[in-house]
Amino acid sequence: MDSDLAAADRQPENHPLRTEKWERFQSLKKYWDLYLIMLPGLAYFIIFKYVPMGGIVVAFQDFSAFAGIRGSEWVGLTHFKNMFTDSEFYTVFKNTLLISLYKLIWGFPGPIILALMLNEVRHMLYKRGVQTLVYLPHFLSWVIIGGILINVLSPATGIVNQFLGMLGLEPIFFLGSQEWFRTVLVVSDIWKEAGWGAIIYLAALASIDPQIYEAAVVDGAGKWKQLLHVTLPSLIGTIVILFVLRLGSVLDVGFEQIFVLYNPLVYNVADVIETYVYRTGITQGQFSFTTAVGLFKSVISLILVVLANKAARKLGQDSLW
Amino acid sequence: MRLTRGERLASRLNYLILGFIALLALLPFLHVVAQSFSSHQAITSGRVTLWPVDFSFEAYVKVLREHAFVNAFKVSLLRTVIGTLLNVVITCMLAYPLSKAYIKGRSAIMFLIVFTMLFNGGMIPTFLVVKATGLLNSFWVYIIPGAVSAFNVIIMRNFFQGVPPELEESAKIDGSSNIGTLVRIVVPLSMPVIATITLFHAVGHWNAFFDTVLYVTDRNLFPLQVYLRELIMFNQSNISNNNGYSANIDSTLLALESLKAAALIASTVPILLVYPFLQKHFVKGIMLGSVKG
Repeated sequence: MDSDLAAADRQPENHPLRTEKWERFQSLKKYWDLYLIMLPGLAYFIIFKYVPMGGIVVAFQDFSAFAGIRGSEWVGLTHFKNMFTDSEFYTVFKNTLLISLYKLIWGFPGPIILALMLNEVRHMLYKRGVQTLVYLPHFLSWVIIGGILINVLSPATGIVNQFLGMLGLEPIFFLGSQEWFRTVLVVSDIWKEAGWGAIIYLAALASIDPQIYEAAVVDGAGKWKQLLHVTLPSLIGTIVILFVLRLGSVLDVGFEQIFVLYNPLVYNVADVIETYVYRTGITQGQFSFTTAVGLFKSVISLILVVLANKAARKLGQDSLW
Repeated sequence: MRLTRGERLASRLNYLILGFIALLALLPFLHVVAQSFSSHQAITSGRVTLWPVDFSFEAYVKVLREHAFVNAFKVSLLRTVIGTLLNVVITCMLAYPLSKAYIKGRSAIMFLIVFTMLFNGGMIPTFLVVKATGLLNSFWVYIIPGAVSAFNVIIMRNFFQGVPPELEESAKIDGSSNIGTLVRIVVPLSMPVIATITLFHAVGHWNAFFDTVLYVTDRNLFPLQVYLRELIMFNQSNISNNNGYSANIDSTLLALESLKAAALIASTVPILLVYPFLQKHFVKGIMLGSVKG
C-alpha cells in the first residue's frame, strides 16, 4: 500500500496520457469488486443481445442448421430481392402499417381525454376508484384478455352477439371476419391500455401551477375557458412529445395481441411482420429469409426512433436519451 | 368557486361517463366470473350475464384437481419467483457500478446497453443463439435469455445516482467494503425503485407466454398462460374426460365453458392479489422512467 502511494506521488502531473492510464489502473485496483459484479449483466447483453446482432449475417446466407453459420453458403442480397418481389411480404407490411395507424388514430387521444376527465373530478375517492378499475386490464396478459374476448365475442354464446340478437341483428363472427378483426384489435387495445396511458398525462396535469387557474378565474374564465386556455396549452408539450415518440415505434404493432387472437381466416388482414417471421421462420424453418425480413424491420425502426428522438429534442424539453 | 348551470351539468355528465368507463373495464370480468360459477348448459343457452345461474363451485374443483393446471401453475410460480429474484440481483449488480463516476468506461457500457433498446438481432438470430446455448426445452430458458432489461438498468442507475454520496463515504470510513456499502447502505435506501422493478419483472414473468411458444415443446414445462391458451383457443382439455362427464359427448370433446371461465379467473387471482402494490409502485415506476439520466 505504501509503495503504491509513493508510486502515485512519482507520477508526473502534466502528462495526460500517463495519468489517465494511471487513474484507470487505480480505479480498477480500488474497486475491482465493483467491476467484477458487472460481469453477469454484461455477459447477458453480449451473449443474448450482441451475438444475435452478429447472427444477422444469416440474412445474407442460405443458412442450414446442419452446416451452421460457418458452413452455410453466402448468397448476398438474394433474400432481400425475394422479399421485395414477394406479394405476401407486401400484405404483411401493409397490415403492419395499417393496424399501427388505426391504433394510433383511435388509441392516441383516449388517454388524453381520460386524463382530462379524471382531472375534473373533485371527489377523490371516486377518482381513485375509477383509476383503480381502468388501470387493471394493463396488468393482465393478452392470453387472459384474448380468452375473455373469445368468450364475449363468440358468435353462438357470446354476450355481445346475444345483445345484437336482442336488437334484431345477425350474429357477427368478430374474430373470424376480415372486416371486423382489425376493429377488435384496436378496441381491445384501447380497453387494455387507455387507462394506463392516462397516468403520464395526469402527472403533467398535476404539475400545472394552480396560480394560473386562479388568475384565469379572476379574469372571468369559466371551467370551459380554463380547459381551453390553461389546461390544454399546458398539456400540448407532453402530447407532442409522446406523439412523436409513438411515431418512432410505428412498426411495433402489438405482436402478442395479434398472435393470441389471429387465425387462418384473418391472416390476410392480421398478419404482421413479427407473426409472419415467426410462422415462416420458426415453424417452417426458413431462417435466412425471415432474418432478412426481421432485419428490414429493425433497421427501419432504428431510423424512425432516432428521427423521432431528434424531432422530440428539437420540439423542446424531453427525449428518450 | 361558483359554477354556472351548464358547468354543473357538464360536471355531472363527466362523473357519469367516467363511471360508465370504469364499468366497461370491469364488466367483462364479472361476466366471466359469473360463468365460472354457472353450469355449462346455462352458459350455452345464454342465461348467464352478470350473475351465476345454477350456482356451483364444480368448475373450480375440477380445474384445481386437473394435473396439467396445477403443474402449469407451479411452473409459472417457480419462474416468477426465481426469475424475478435473479432479474433484480443482476440488475442491481450492473446498475450500481454504472452509477459511480469512479468506474472507468461506464459511459461506453451505458451506450452498449441503451443501444440494445434501439436495435436488436431479431427473433430468428436470437432463437439460433438460445438454441446454441442448449437451453431449448429446459426450465432455465424462462430465466436466462430475459435476465436483464436495459430499461430497468437505466431506471435503477438513475435512482442510485440520487443516493447521497456522503452516506456511502461515511460507511467506507467505518471500514465497509465496496460491496458491503452496496448491500447495507445503498440497497436499503433504494427500496422504492427495487420494489418497482421487482413488480415489473414479476408481472412480466407471470404473463409471459411467447418464450414458451418459441423455445419449449415439453408439455411439463408449460406455464399457466400457455396452458390457458391451449384450453381456450384450441379447446384442448382432458379435464372433462375423467370426471364423470363422459355421458355428455359434447363435453368430452370440448372443454366446458364453465371450466374455461374458472381457469381464466384462477390464473388472474394472483395478479389481483398483488394489484394494490402493483398500482402504487407502477405509477411511481412510470415517473421514474420518465426521469432522464
